[in-house]
Amino acid sequence: MSSPSSSNTRLLPRALMAPAIGTLFLWMIVPLCMTIYFSLVNYNLMQPGEKTFAGLDNFTYFITDPDFWPAVWNTLVLIGSVIGITVVLGVLLGLLVNDPFPGRGIVRVLLISPFFVMPAVNALLWKHMMMNPNYGVLADLWRNFGLTPVDWLTDWPLLSVIIMVAWQWLPFACLIFITSLQSLDREQMEAARMDGSNAFQRFFYLTVPHLARPMAVVIMIEMIFLLSIFAEIFITTSGGPGNASTNMTFLIYKQSLMNFDVGVASAGALFAVIFANIVSFFLVRMVGKNLD
Amino acid sequence: MNTVAQQNPVVSSPTQFAVQKPPSQFLPVALRTAGAWIVALLLFFPLGWLFLTAFKTEQQAISVPPLFLFAPTLENFHEVNSRSDYLLHAMNSLITSLGSTILGLAIAAPAAYSMAFFRTKKTRDILLWMLSTKMMPAVGALLPIYVMAQTAGMLDSVSALIIVFTLSNLPIMVWMLYTSYKDIPPEILEAARMDGATLWKEFRHVVLPLSVGGMASTGLLCLVLSWNEAFWSLNLVAAKAGTLATLIASYSSPEGLFWAKLSAASLLAIAPIVIFGWFSQKQLVQGLTFGAVK
Repeated sequence: MSSPSSSNTRLLPRALMAPAIGTLFLWMIVPLCMTIYFSLVNYNLMQPGEKTFAGLDNFTYFITDPDFWPAVWNTLVLIGSVIGITVVLGVLLGLLVNDPFPGRGIVRVLLISPFFVMPAVNALLWKHMMMNPNYGVLADLWRNFGLTPVDWLTDWPLLSVIIMVAWQWLPFACLIFITSLQSLDREQMEAARMDGSNAFQRFFYLTVPHLARPMAVVIMIEMIFLLSIFAEIFITTSGGPGNASTNMTFLIYKQSLMNFDVGVASAGALFAVIFANIVSFFLVRMVGKNLD
Repeated sequence: MNTVAQQNPVVSSPTQFAVQKPPSQFLPVALRTAGAWIVALLLFFPLGWLFLTAFKTEQQAISVPPLFLFAPTLENFHEVNSRSDYLLHAMNSLITSLGSTILGLAIAAPAAYSMAFFRTKKTRDILLWMLSTKMMPAVGALLPIYVMAQTAGMLDSVSALIIVFTLSNLPIMVWMLYTSYKDIPPEILEAARMDGATLWKEFRHVVLPLSVGGMASTGLLCLVLSWNEAFWSLNLVAAKAGTLATLIASYSSPEGLFWAKLSAASLLAIAPIVIFGWFSQKQLVQGLTFGAVK
Protein backbone atom coordinates (compact mmCIF):
# COMPACT_ATOMS: atom_id res chain seq x y z
CA MET A 1 0.00 0.00 0.00
CA SER A 2 1.40 3.36 -0.94
CA SER A 3 -0.96 5.35 1.27
CA PRO A 4 0.65 7.46 3.97
CA SER A 5 1.03 5.47 7.14
CA SER A 6 -1.09 7.17 9.72
CA SER A 7 -1.87 5.36 12.93
CA ASN A 8 -5.17 4.42 11.32
CA THR A 9 -3.63 2.34 8.55
CA ARG A 10 -1.52 0.43 11.01
CA LEU A 11 -4.31 -0.29 13.46
CA LEU A 12 -7.01 -1.12 10.97
CA PRO A 13 -5.53 -4.32 9.52
CA ARG A 14 -5.03 -5.70 12.99
CA ALA A 15 -8.51 -4.75 14.11
CA LEU A 16 -9.97 -6.53 11.10
CA MET A 17 -8.01 -9.67 11.78
CA ALA A 18 -8.58 -9.66 15.52
CA PRO A 19 -11.88 -11.58 15.62
CA ALA A 20 -10.59 -14.44 13.48
CA ILE A 21 -7.22 -14.68 15.17
CA GLY A 22 -8.66 -14.22 18.65
CA THR A 23 -11.32 -16.90 18.35
CA LEU A 24 -8.98 -19.35 16.66
CA PHE A 25 -6.35 -18.73 19.31
CA LEU A 26 -8.86 -19.45 22.09
CA TRP A 27 -10.15 -22.46 20.15
CA MET A 28 -6.62 -23.80 20.08
CA ILE A 29 -5.08 -22.72 23.36
CA VAL A 30 -7.86 -23.38 25.86
CA PRO A 31 -8.41 -27.02 24.89
CA LEU A 32 -4.66 -27.47 24.64
CA CYS A 33 -4.05 -26.23 28.19
CA MET A 34 -6.91 -28.31 29.56
CA THR A 35 -5.62 -31.35 27.69
CA ILE A 36 -2.13 -30.84 29.10
CA TYR A 37 -3.60 -30.62 32.62
CA PHE A 38 -5.81 -33.69 32.15
CA SER A 39 -2.89 -35.66 30.75
CA LEU A 40 -0.93 -35.20 33.98
CA VAL A 41 -3.60 -36.41 36.41
CA ASN A 42 -5.44 -39.62 37.15
CA TYR A 43 -8.91 -38.84 35.88
CA ASN A 44 -11.45 -41.50 35.04
CA LEU A 45 -15.10 -40.60 34.54
CA MET A 46 -16.12 -43.88 36.14
CA GLN A 47 -14.10 -43.22 39.30
CA PRO A 48 -15.19 -39.87 40.68
CA GLY A 49 -13.04 -38.33 43.37
CA GLU A 50 -9.74 -36.57 43.73
CA LYS A 51 -7.71 -36.06 40.62
CA THR A 52 -4.28 -37.12 41.74
CA PHE A 53 -1.04 -36.17 40.05
CA ALA A 54 0.03 -38.93 37.72
CA GLY A 55 3.28 -37.64 36.30
CA LEU A 56 3.94 -39.20 32.94
CA ASP A 57 2.03 -42.41 33.67
CA ASN A 58 -0.72 -41.58 31.18
CA PHE A 59 1.81 -41.03 28.40
CA THR A 60 3.61 -44.26 29.17
CA TYR A 61 0.31 -46.10 29.25
CA PHE A 62 -0.84 -44.67 25.95
CA ILE A 63 2.40 -45.20 24.07
CA THR A 64 2.89 -48.75 25.35
CA ASP A 65 -0.67 -49.65 24.39
CA PRO A 66 -0.29 -52.44 21.81
CA ASP A 67 -2.70 -50.51 19.61
CA PHE A 68 -0.51 -47.38 19.51
CA TRP A 69 1.95 -48.12 16.70
CA PRO A 70 -0.64 -49.88 14.55
CA ALA A 71 -2.80 -46.77 14.91
CA VAL A 72 0.05 -44.50 13.78
CA TRP A 73 0.73 -46.80 10.85
CA ASN A 74 -2.95 -47.09 9.90
CA THR A 75 -3.32 -43.31 9.97
CA LEU A 76 -0.38 -42.87 7.61
CA VAL A 77 -1.53 -45.66 5.29
CA LEU A 78 -5.06 -44.26 5.20
CA ILE A 79 -3.92 -40.71 4.42
CA GLY A 80 -1.26 -41.80 1.93
CA SER A 81 -3.50 -44.21 0.02
CA VAL A 82 -6.46 -41.88 -0.21
CA ILE A 83 -4.32 -38.95 -1.37
CA GLY A 84 -2.52 -41.17 -3.88
CA ILE A 85 -5.75 -42.60 -5.29
CA THR A 86 -7.61 -39.30 -5.48
CA VAL A 87 -4.73 -37.32 -7.01
CA VAL A 88 -3.90 -39.88 -9.70
CA LEU A 89 -7.52 -40.73 -10.59
CA GLY A 90 -8.54 -37.09 -10.18
CA VAL A 91 -6.01 -35.93 -12.78
CA LEU A 92 -6.97 -38.71 -15.21
CA LEU A 93 -10.67 -38.01 -14.75
CA GLY A 94 -10.07 -34.29 -15.08
CA LEU A 95 -8.34 -34.86 -18.42
CA LEU A 96 -11.14 -37.15 -19.53
CA VAL A 97 -13.87 -34.56 -18.99
CA ASN A 98 -11.79 -31.46 -19.78
CA ASP A 99 -12.99 -31.05 -23.34
CA PRO A 100 -16.61 -30.88 -24.50
CA PHE A 101 -18.49 -34.11 -25.27
CA PRO A 102 -22.17 -35.05 -25.32
CA GLY A 103 -23.67 -34.92 -21.82
CA ARG A 104 -20.63 -33.31 -20.15
CA GLY A 105 -22.85 -31.32 -17.80
CA ILE A 106 -24.61 -34.43 -16.50
CA VAL A 107 -21.36 -36.36 -16.20
CA ARG A 108 -19.95 -33.56 -14.08
CA VAL A 109 -22.96 -33.61 -11.78
CA LEU A 110 -22.73 -37.40 -11.43
CA LEU A 111 -19.00 -37.24 -10.72
CA ILE A 112 -19.27 -34.57 -8.05
CA SER A 113 -22.21 -36.13 -6.16
CA PRO A 114 -20.28 -38.31 -3.67
CA PHE A 115 -18.64 -35.18 -2.24
CA PHE A 116 -21.99 -33.98 -0.92
CA VAL A 117 -22.80 -37.24 0.87
CA MET A 118 -22.31 -37.13 4.61
CA PRO A 119 -19.63 -39.51 5.92
CA ALA A 120 -22.18 -41.33 8.08
CA VAL A 121 -24.32 -42.22 5.07
CA ASN A 122 -21.24 -43.02 3.01
CA ALA A 123 -20.17 -45.50 5.67
CA LEU A 124 -23.56 -47.18 6.05
CA LEU A 125 -24.10 -47.38 2.31
CA TRP A 126 -20.80 -49.13 1.68
CA LYS A 127 -20.96 -51.27 4.82
CA HIS A 128 -24.35 -52.75 4.00
CA MET A 129 -25.51 -52.36 0.44
CA MET A 130 -22.11 -52.57 -1.25
CA MET A 131 -19.81 -54.68 0.92
CA ASN A 132 -22.07 -57.11 2.73
CA PRO A 133 -20.65 -60.57 1.97
CA ASN A 134 -24.08 -62.12 1.38
CA TYR A 135 -26.48 -59.54 0.02
CA GLY A 136 -24.12 -56.78 -1.10
CA VAL A 137 -23.77 -55.65 -4.69
CA LEU A 138 -20.05 -56.42 -4.72
CA ALA A 139 -20.71 -59.95 -3.48
CA ASP A 140 -23.10 -60.44 -6.40
CA LEU A 141 -20.51 -59.05 -8.81
CA TRP A 142 -17.94 -61.49 -7.45
CA ARG A 143 -20.39 -64.40 -7.81
CA ASN A 144 -21.08 -63.38 -11.41
CA PHE A 145 -17.42 -63.88 -12.15
CA GLY A 146 -17.48 -67.23 -10.38
CA LEU A 147 -15.47 -65.95 -7.42
CA THR A 148 -16.13 -66.35 -3.71
CA PRO A 149 -17.56 -63.09 -2.33
CA VAL A 150 -15.15 -61.15 -0.15
CA ASP A 151 -16.03 -60.30 3.44
CA TRP A 152 -14.66 -56.81 3.03
CA LEU A 153 -14.99 -55.39 6.54
CA THR A 154 -13.57 -58.52 8.19
CA ASP A 155 -10.83 -59.49 5.76
CA TRP A 156 -9.82 -56.10 4.34
CA PRO A 157 -10.97 -53.57 6.98
CA LEU A 158 -8.45 -50.82 6.26
CA LEU A 159 -8.80 -51.22 2.50
CA SER A 160 -12.59 -50.96 2.88
CA VAL A 161 -12.25 -47.70 4.77
CA ILE A 162 -9.79 -46.42 2.17
CA ILE A 163 -12.28 -47.21 -0.62
CA MET A 164 -15.09 -45.35 1.16
CA VAL A 165 -12.98 -42.29 1.91
CA ALA A 166 -11.42 -42.20 -1.56
CA TRP A 167 -14.90 -42.42 -3.11
CA GLN A 168 -15.86 -39.36 -1.10
CA TRP A 169 -12.76 -37.28 -1.89
CA LEU A 170 -12.16 -38.20 -5.53
CA PRO A 171 -14.81 -35.71 -6.74
CA PHE A 172 -13.17 -32.92 -4.75
CA ALA A 173 -9.73 -33.57 -6.24
CA CYS A 174 -11.26 -34.02 -9.67
CA LEU A 175 -13.12 -30.69 -9.46
CA ILE A 176 -10.00 -28.76 -8.54
CA PHE A 177 -8.08 -30.36 -11.39
CA ILE A 178 -10.90 -29.66 -13.86
CA THR A 179 -10.91 -25.99 -12.88
CA SER A 180 -7.16 -25.84 -13.18
CA LEU A 181 -7.06 -27.62 -16.54
CA GLN A 182 -9.40 -25.00 -17.95
CA SER A 183 -6.62 -22.45 -17.57
CA LEU A 184 -4.00 -24.61 -19.27
CA ASP A 185 -2.49 -22.61 -22.12
CA ARG A 186 -4.00 -24.22 -25.22
CA GLU A 187 -1.76 -22.35 -27.63
CA GLN A 188 1.30 -23.64 -25.85
CA MET A 189 -0.16 -27.14 -26.09
CA GLU A 190 -0.80 -26.68 -29.76
CA ALA A 191 2.70 -25.35 -30.34
CA ALA A 192 4.14 -28.41 -28.62
CA ARG A 193 1.97 -30.63 -30.79
CA MET A 194 3.11 -28.88 -33.94
CA ASP A 195 6.68 -29.41 -32.87
CA GLY A 196 6.04 -33.10 -33.00
CA SER A 197 5.61 -33.98 -29.33
CA ASN A 198 3.42 -36.96 -28.54
CA ALA A 199 0.55 -37.05 -26.04
CA PHE A 200 2.71 -38.49 -23.27
CA GLN A 201 5.37 -35.84 -23.65
CA ARG A 202 2.75 -33.10 -23.60
CA PHE A 203 1.20 -34.66 -20.50
CA PHE A 204 4.44 -34.94 -18.53
CA TYR A 205 6.10 -31.70 -19.66
CA LEU A 206 3.11 -29.35 -19.89
CA THR A 207 0.08 -30.71 -18.04
CA VAL A 208 1.78 -32.13 -14.96
CA PRO A 209 3.85 -28.99 -14.21
CA HIS A 210 0.71 -26.90 -14.68
CA LEU A 211 -1.09 -29.10 -12.15
CA ALA A 212 1.65 -28.87 -9.50
CA ARG A 213 -0.11 -26.08 -7.64
CA PRO A 214 -3.58 -27.64 -7.60
CA MET A 215 -1.99 -30.92 -6.52
CA ALA A 216 -0.38 -29.14 -3.58
CA VAL A 217 -3.74 -27.63 -2.68
CA VAL A 218 -5.56 -30.97 -2.93
CA ILE A 219 -2.93 -32.68 -0.78
CA MET A 220 -3.05 -29.92 1.84
CA ILE A 221 -6.85 -29.89 2.15
CA GLU A 222 -7.28 -33.65 2.08
CA MET A 223 -4.57 -34.03 4.69
CA ILE A 224 -6.44 -31.67 6.98
CA PHE A 225 -9.63 -33.69 6.71
CA LEU A 226 -8.10 -37.17 6.55
CA LEU A 227 -6.10 -36.73 9.76
CA SER A 228 -9.39 -36.79 11.61
CA ILE A 229 -11.31 -39.48 9.76
CA PHE A 230 -13.80 -40.78 12.30
CA ALA A 231 -17.35 -41.51 11.15
CA GLU A 232 -16.34 -44.01 8.48
CA ILE A 233 -14.45 -46.10 11.04
CA PHE A 234 -16.89 -45.60 13.92
CA ILE A 235 -19.83 -46.81 11.85
CA THR A 236 -18.28 -49.61 9.83
CA THR A 237 -15.51 -51.49 11.62
CA SER A 238 -15.25 -49.76 15.02
CA GLY A 239 -11.52 -49.92 14.48
CA GLY A 240 -11.50 -53.69 14.15
CA PRO A 241 -11.13 -56.52 13.76
CA GLY A 242 -8.63 -56.13 16.56
CA ASN A 243 -6.86 -52.90 15.72
CA ALA A 244 -6.73 -53.48 11.97
CA SER A 245 -8.55 -50.27 11.09
CA THR A 246 -7.92 -48.15 14.18
CA ASN A 247 -6.43 -44.74 13.41
CA MET A 248 -5.17 -42.18 15.92
CA THR A 249 -8.51 -40.40 16.12
CA PHE A 250 -10.35 -43.60 16.81
CA LEU A 251 -7.80 -44.86 19.35
CA ILE A 252 -8.13 -41.67 21.40
CA TYR A 253 -11.89 -41.82 21.08
CA LYS A 254 -11.81 -45.39 22.37
CA GLN A 255 -9.77 -44.34 25.41
CA SER A 256 -11.98 -41.39 26.29
CA LEU A 257 -15.54 -42.35 25.54
CA MET A 258 -15.34 -46.13 25.71
CA ASN A 259 -12.85 -46.56 28.55
CA PHE A 260 -13.79 -43.23 30.18
CA ASP A 261 -10.13 -42.64 30.96
CA VAL A 262 -9.75 -38.90 30.48
CA GLY A 263 -6.12 -38.89 31.59
CA VAL A 264 -4.91 -41.45 29.07
CA ALA A 265 -7.13 -40.02 26.35
CA SER A 266 -5.65 -36.57 26.95
CA ALA A 267 -2.13 -37.94 26.75
CA GLY A 268 -3.20 -39.54 23.47
CA ALA A 269 -4.67 -36.26 22.28
CA LEU A 270 -1.34 -34.55 22.89
CA PHE A 271 0.35 -37.24 20.85
CA ALA A 272 -2.17 -36.59 18.09
CA VAL A 273 -1.35 -32.89 18.21
CA ILE A 274 2.38 -33.61 18.00
CA PHE A 275 1.72 -36.12 15.24
CA ALA A 276 -0.36 -33.59 13.29
CA ASN A 277 2.37 -31.01 13.72
CA ILE A 278 5.03 -33.34 12.38
CA VAL A 279 2.86 -34.14 9.38
CA SER A 280 1.99 -30.50 8.81
CA PHE A 281 5.61 -29.42 9.19
CA PHE A 282 6.58 -31.43 6.13
CA LEU A 283 3.37 -30.48 4.41
CA VAL A 284 3.87 -26.77 4.92
CA ARG A 285 7.41 -26.97 3.60
CA MET A 286 6.04 -28.75 0.56
CA VAL A 287 3.04 -26.59 -0.30
CA GLY A 288 3.58 -23.44 1.75
CA LYS A 289 5.23 -21.62 -1.09
CA ASN A 290 2.15 -22.22 -3.17
CA LEU A 291 -0.11 -20.34 -0.79
CA ASP A 292 0.91 -16.82 -1.76
CA MET B 1 -10.13 -33.05 -34.71
CA ASN B 2 -7.34 -32.59 -37.25
CA THR B 3 -9.90 -32.47 -39.98
CA VAL B 4 -11.55 -29.40 -38.54
CA ALA B 5 -8.41 -27.37 -38.96
CA GLN B 6 -7.89 -28.70 -42.43
CA GLN B 7 -11.40 -27.77 -43.46
CA ASN B 8 -11.05 -24.29 -41.99
CA PRO B 9 -7.60 -23.15 -42.96
CA VAL B 10 -8.53 -19.50 -42.53
CA VAL B 11 -8.20 -18.68 -38.86
CA SER B 12 -8.82 -15.04 -38.18
CA SER B 13 -7.74 -14.77 -34.55
CA PRO B 14 -5.91 -16.90 -32.02
CA THR B 15 -8.94 -16.97 -29.75
CA GLN B 16 -11.19 -18.21 -32.49
CA PHE B 17 -8.57 -20.78 -33.26
CA ALA B 18 -8.61 -21.99 -29.68
CA VAL B 19 -12.38 -22.18 -29.56
CA GLN B 20 -12.67 -24.18 -32.74
CA LYS B 21 -9.97 -26.66 -32.02
CA PRO B 22 -9.12 -27.50 -28.46
CA PRO B 23 -5.73 -29.13 -28.89
CA SER B 24 -5.41 -30.68 -25.46
CA GLN B 25 -7.40 -33.75 -26.45
CA PHE B 26 -5.65 -37.02 -25.96
CA LEU B 27 -8.40 -39.30 -27.23
CA PRO B 28 -11.06 -39.21 -29.95
CA VAL B 29 -14.45 -37.82 -28.93
CA ALA B 30 -16.35 -41.11 -29.07
CA LEU B 31 -13.87 -42.83 -26.79
CA ARG B 32 -13.78 -39.95 -24.35
CA THR B 33 -17.56 -39.77 -24.24
CA ALA B 34 -17.91 -43.46 -23.55
CA GLY B 35 -15.12 -43.46 -20.98
CA ALA B 36 -16.42 -40.44 -19.11
CA TRP B 37 -19.98 -41.79 -18.97
CA ILE B 38 -18.86 -45.21 -17.77
CA VAL B 39 -16.67 -43.79 -15.02
CA ALA B 40 -19.32 -41.27 -13.97
CA LEU B 41 -22.02 -43.94 -13.78
CA LEU B 42 -19.73 -46.27 -11.82
CA LEU B 43 -18.90 -43.56 -9.30
CA PHE B 44 -22.53 -42.59 -9.01
CA PHE B 45 -23.75 -46.18 -8.74
CA PRO B 46 -23.64 -46.47 -4.91
CA LEU B 47 -25.85 -43.39 -4.62
CA GLY B 48 -28.20 -44.63 -7.31
CA TRP B 49 -28.42 -47.95 -5.49
CA LEU B 50 -29.24 -46.17 -2.23
CA PHE B 51 -32.03 -44.36 -4.04
CA LEU B 52 -33.46 -47.63 -5.45
CA THR B 53 -33.20 -49.48 -2.13
CA ALA B 54 -35.14 -46.74 -0.37
CA PHE B 55 -38.20 -47.67 -2.45
CA LYS B 56 -37.97 -51.44 -1.94
CA THR B 57 -39.57 -53.66 0.66
CA GLU B 58 -37.18 -55.15 3.22
CA GLN B 59 -37.46 -58.49 1.42
CA GLN B 60 -36.54 -56.98 -1.92
CA ALA B 61 -33.68 -55.00 -0.40
CA ILE B 62 -31.75 -58.14 0.51
CA SER B 63 -32.72 -60.29 -2.42
CA VAL B 64 -30.03 -62.32 -4.17
CA PRO B 65 -29.28 -61.41 -6.92
CA PRO B 66 -29.94 -57.71 -6.28
CA LEU B 67 -33.16 -56.37 -7.81
CA PHE B 68 -33.11 -53.59 -10.36
CA LEU B 69 -36.77 -53.76 -11.34
CA PHE B 70 -39.52 -53.80 -8.72
CA ALA B 71 -42.76 -52.11 -7.74
CA PRO B 72 -41.69 -49.08 -5.69
CA THR B 73 -43.18 -48.51 -2.27
CA LEU B 74 -43.24 -45.43 -0.04
CA GLU B 75 -43.68 -47.49 3.10
CA ASN B 76 -40.08 -46.95 4.29
CA PHE B 77 -40.48 -43.20 4.32
CA HIS B 78 -43.64 -43.43 6.43
CA GLU B 79 -41.85 -45.78 8.78
CA VAL B 80 -38.82 -43.47 9.17
CA ASN B 81 -41.09 -40.54 9.78
CA SER B 82 -43.04 -42.27 12.50
CA ARG B 83 -39.96 -43.69 14.17
CA SER B 84 -37.87 -40.54 14.35
CA ASP B 85 -38.56 -36.87 14.05
CA TYR B 86 -37.09 -36.19 10.61
CA LEU B 87 -38.23 -32.58 10.46
CA LEU B 88 -36.62 -31.71 13.80
CA HIS B 89 -33.28 -33.15 12.71
CA ALA B 90 -33.48 -31.52 9.29
CA MET B 91 -34.30 -28.21 10.91
CA ASN B 92 -31.33 -28.54 13.28
CA SER B 93 -29.06 -29.36 10.35
CA LEU B 94 -30.34 -26.34 8.45
CA ILE B 95 -29.97 -23.96 11.40
CA THR B 96 -26.47 -25.13 12.33
CA SER B 97 -25.24 -25.09 8.71
CA LEU B 98 -26.68 -21.69 7.87
CA GLY B 99 -25.76 -20.22 11.24
CA SER B 100 -22.14 -21.33 11.09
CA THR B 101 -21.82 -20.23 7.47
CA ILE B 102 -23.09 -16.71 8.17
CA LEU B 103 -21.11 -16.34 11.37
CA GLY B 104 -18.02 -17.76 9.65
CA LEU B 105 -18.27 -15.35 6.72
CA ALA B 106 -18.74 -12.43 9.11
CA ILE B 107 -15.54 -13.30 10.98
CA ALA B 108 -13.48 -14.54 8.03
CA ALA B 109 -14.23 -11.76 5.54
CA PRO B 110 -12.61 -8.89 7.51
CA ALA B 111 -9.57 -11.06 8.28
CA ALA B 112 -9.16 -12.12 4.65
CA TYR B 113 -9.67 -8.51 3.56
CA SER B 114 -6.95 -7.36 5.89
CA MET B 115 -4.59 -10.10 4.74
CA ALA B 116 -5.18 -9.43 1.06
CA PHE B 117 -5.00 -5.64 1.07
CA PHE B 118 -2.66 -4.89 3.95
CA ARG B 119 -0.12 -7.58 3.28
CA THR B 120 2.92 -7.82 5.46
CA LYS B 121 5.71 -10.34 5.78
CA LYS B 122 3.69 -12.07 8.46
CA THR B 123 0.59 -12.64 6.32
CA ARG B 124 1.66 -16.03 5.09
CA ASP B 125 2.69 -17.18 8.55
CA ILE B 126 -0.66 -16.15 9.96
CA LEU B 127 -2.48 -18.07 7.24
CA LEU B 128 -0.38 -21.17 7.82
CA TRP B 129 -0.91 -20.92 11.56
CA MET B 130 -4.67 -20.75 11.01
CA LEU B 131 -4.54 -23.84 8.81
CA SER B 132 -2.41 -25.65 11.34
CA THR B 133 -5.12 -25.24 13.99
CA LYS B 134 -7.37 -27.15 11.59
CA MET B 135 -4.83 -29.94 11.34
CA MET B 136 -5.07 -30.84 15.00
CA PRO B 137 -7.50 -33.72 15.21
CA ALA B 138 -10.85 -32.76 16.66
CA VAL B 139 -10.59 -35.67 19.04
CA GLY B 140 -7.72 -33.87 20.76
CA ALA B 141 -10.08 -31.08 21.70
CA LEU B 142 -13.10 -33.26 22.35
CA LEU B 143 -12.85 -33.63 26.12
CA PRO B 144 -12.06 -29.97 26.88
CA ILE B 145 -14.82 -28.77 24.54
CA TYR B 146 -17.20 -31.31 26.04
CA VAL B 147 -16.38 -30.17 29.56
CA MET B 148 -16.71 -26.51 28.57
CA ALA B 149 -20.04 -27.08 26.85
CA GLN B 150 -21.23 -28.98 29.91
CA THR B 151 -20.11 -26.19 32.25
CA ALA B 152 -21.82 -23.59 30.08
CA GLY B 153 -24.97 -25.70 29.97
CA MET B 154 -24.67 -25.91 26.20
CA LEU B 155 -24.56 -29.66 25.73
CA ASP B 156 -27.17 -30.81 23.25
CA SER B 157 -27.74 -27.26 22.03
CA VAL B 158 -27.81 -25.86 18.53
CA SER B 159 -25.69 -22.86 19.50
CA ALA B 160 -22.83 -25.07 20.70
CA LEU B 161 -22.74 -26.76 17.31
CA ILE B 162 -22.86 -23.42 15.47
CA ILE B 163 -19.84 -22.17 17.43
CA VAL B 164 -17.88 -25.37 16.93
CA PHE B 165 -18.67 -25.60 13.20
CA THR B 166 -17.77 -21.95 12.69
CA LEU B 167 -14.41 -22.32 14.37
CA SER B 168 -13.52 -25.53 12.64
CA ASN B 169 -14.39 -24.10 9.21
CA LEU B 170 -12.85 -20.69 9.83
CA PRO B 171 -9.28 -21.43 8.61
CA ILE B 172 -10.54 -22.82 5.30
CA MET B 173 -12.91 -19.88 4.88
CA VAL B 174 -10.19 -17.30 5.53
CA TRP B 175 -7.95 -19.06 3.04
CA MET B 176 -10.61 -19.20 0.32
CA LEU B 177 -11.67 -15.59 0.79
CA TYR B 178 -8.05 -14.45 0.90
CA THR B 179 -7.31 -16.06 -2.46
CA SER B 180 -10.40 -14.52 -4.01
CA TYR B 181 -9.72 -11.01 -2.62
CA LYS B 182 -6.12 -11.22 -3.76
CA ASP B 183 -7.28 -11.24 -7.38
CA ILE B 184 -8.72 -7.75 -6.97
CA PRO B 185 -6.21 -5.15 -8.17
CA PRO B 186 -5.28 -2.92 -5.20
CA GLU B 187 -5.38 0.13 -7.50
CA ILE B 188 -9.16 -0.08 -7.62
CA LEU B 189 -9.33 0.12 -3.83
CA GLU B 190 -6.82 2.93 -3.88
CA ALA B 191 -9.03 4.87 -6.24
CA ALA B 192 -12.10 4.30 -4.09
CA ARG B 193 -10.16 5.44 -1.06
CA MET B 194 -9.03 8.60 -2.84
CA ASP B 195 -12.66 9.36 -3.52
CA GLY B 196 -13.22 9.26 0.21
CA ALA B 197 -14.96 5.91 0.47
CA THR B 198 -15.18 4.57 4.02
CA LEU B 199 -14.00 1.08 4.79
CA TRP B 200 -17.52 -0.32 4.76
CA LYS B 201 -18.39 1.43 1.49
CA GLU B 202 -15.17 0.22 -0.05
CA PHE B 203 -16.02 -3.33 0.99
CA ARG B 204 -19.68 -3.10 0.05
CA HIS B 205 -19.30 -1.36 -3.33
CA VAL B 206 -15.88 -2.49 -4.56
CA VAL B 207 -14.67 -5.68 -2.91
CA LEU B 208 -18.00 -7.47 -2.54
CA PRO B 209 -19.14 -7.10 -6.18
CA LEU B 210 -15.72 -8.16 -7.45
CA SER B 211 -15.44 -11.18 -5.18
CA VAL B 212 -19.06 -12.31 -5.09
CA GLY B 213 -18.09 -15.59 -6.78
CA GLY B 214 -15.48 -16.34 -4.15
CA MET B 215 -17.79 -15.37 -1.29
CA ALA B 216 -20.59 -17.58 -2.62
CA SER B 217 -18.24 -20.47 -3.16
CA THR B 218 -16.80 -20.14 0.35
CA GLY B 219 -20.28 -20.07 1.83
CA LEU B 220 -21.35 -23.09 -0.19
CA LEU B 221 -18.37 -25.19 0.86
CA CYS B 222 -18.92 -24.25 4.49
CA LEU B 223 -22.58 -25.15 4.19
CA VAL B 224 -21.74 -28.58 2.78
CA LEU B 225 -19.05 -29.26 5.39
CA SER B 226 -21.31 -28.24 8.28
CA TRP B 227 -24.28 -30.21 7.00
CA ASN B 228 -22.15 -33.34 6.72
CA GLU B 229 -20.15 -32.91 9.91
CA ALA B 230 -20.41 -36.00 12.07
CA PHE B 231 -17.77 -36.01 14.80
CA TRP B 232 -18.97 -33.06 16.86
CA SER B 233 -22.62 -33.81 16.16
CA LEU B 234 -22.25 -37.36 17.40
CA ASN B 235 -20.44 -36.28 20.55
CA LEU B 236 -21.97 -32.96 21.57
CA VAL B 237 -25.66 -33.24 20.79
CA ALA B 238 -28.36 -35.85 21.21
CA ALA B 239 -32.14 -35.82 21.14
CA LYS B 240 -32.90 -32.12 21.30
CA ALA B 241 -30.32 -30.59 18.95
CA GLY B 242 -29.50 -33.73 16.95
CA THR B 243 -28.68 -33.11 13.30
CA LEU B 244 -29.32 -35.44 10.39
CA ALA B 245 -25.89 -37.00 10.95
CA THR B 246 -26.97 -38.14 14.42
CA LEU B 247 -30.28 -39.39 13.00
CA ILE B 248 -28.41 -41.58 10.54
CA ALA B 249 -25.99 -42.84 13.16
CA SER B 250 -28.97 -44.04 15.21
CA TYR B 251 -29.82 -46.36 12.32
CA SER B 252 -26.35 -47.87 12.34
CA SER B 253 -26.82 -50.01 15.42
CA PRO B 254 -26.88 -53.71 14.62
CA GLU B 255 -30.55 -54.46 14.83
CA GLY B 256 -30.93 -56.77 11.88
CA LEU B 257 -31.09 -56.11 8.21
CA PHE B 258 -33.37 -53.13 7.74
CA TRP B 259 -31.69 -51.84 4.63
CA ALA B 260 -34.75 -50.36 3.01
CA LYS B 261 -35.57 -48.21 6.03
CA LEU B 262 -31.92 -47.31 6.44
CA SER B 263 -31.80 -46.26 2.79
CA ALA B 264 -34.93 -44.18 3.12
CA ALA B 265 -33.54 -42.38 6.16
CA SER B 266 -30.19 -41.87 4.43
CA LEU B 267 -31.86 -40.57 1.31
CA LEU B 268 -33.87 -38.09 3.35
CA ALA B 269 -30.70 -36.97 5.12
CA ILE B 270 -28.56 -36.37 2.05
CA ALA B 271 -31.17 -35.32 -0.52
CA PRO B 272 -31.34 -31.63 0.50
CA ILE B 273 -27.59 -31.06 0.38
CA VAL B 274 -26.94 -33.24 -2.70
CA ILE B 275 -29.67 -31.53 -4.73
CA PHE B 276 -28.48 -28.16 -3.49
CA GLY B 277 -24.94 -29.18 -4.48
CA TRP B 278 -26.05 -30.16 -7.99
CA PHE B 279 -27.50 -26.74 -8.63
CA SER B 280 -24.63 -24.83 -7.07
CA GLN B 281 -21.70 -26.96 -8.28
CA LYS B 282 -20.64 -24.51 -11.00
CA GLN B 283 -20.58 -21.70 -8.49
CA LEU B 284 -18.80 -23.84 -5.91
CA VAL B 285 -16.08 -24.91 -8.31
CA GLN B 286 -15.26 -21.34 -9.37
CA GLY B 287 -13.93 -20.38 -5.98
CA LEU B 288 -12.60 -23.78 -5.01
CA THR B 289 -9.17 -23.16 -6.48
CA PHE B 290 -7.44 -21.86 -3.35
CA GLY B 291 -5.22 -19.79 -5.59
CA ALA B 292 -4.20 -22.88 -7.52
CA VAL B 293 -5.34 -21.36 -10.79
CA LYS B 294 -3.46 -18.33 -12.02
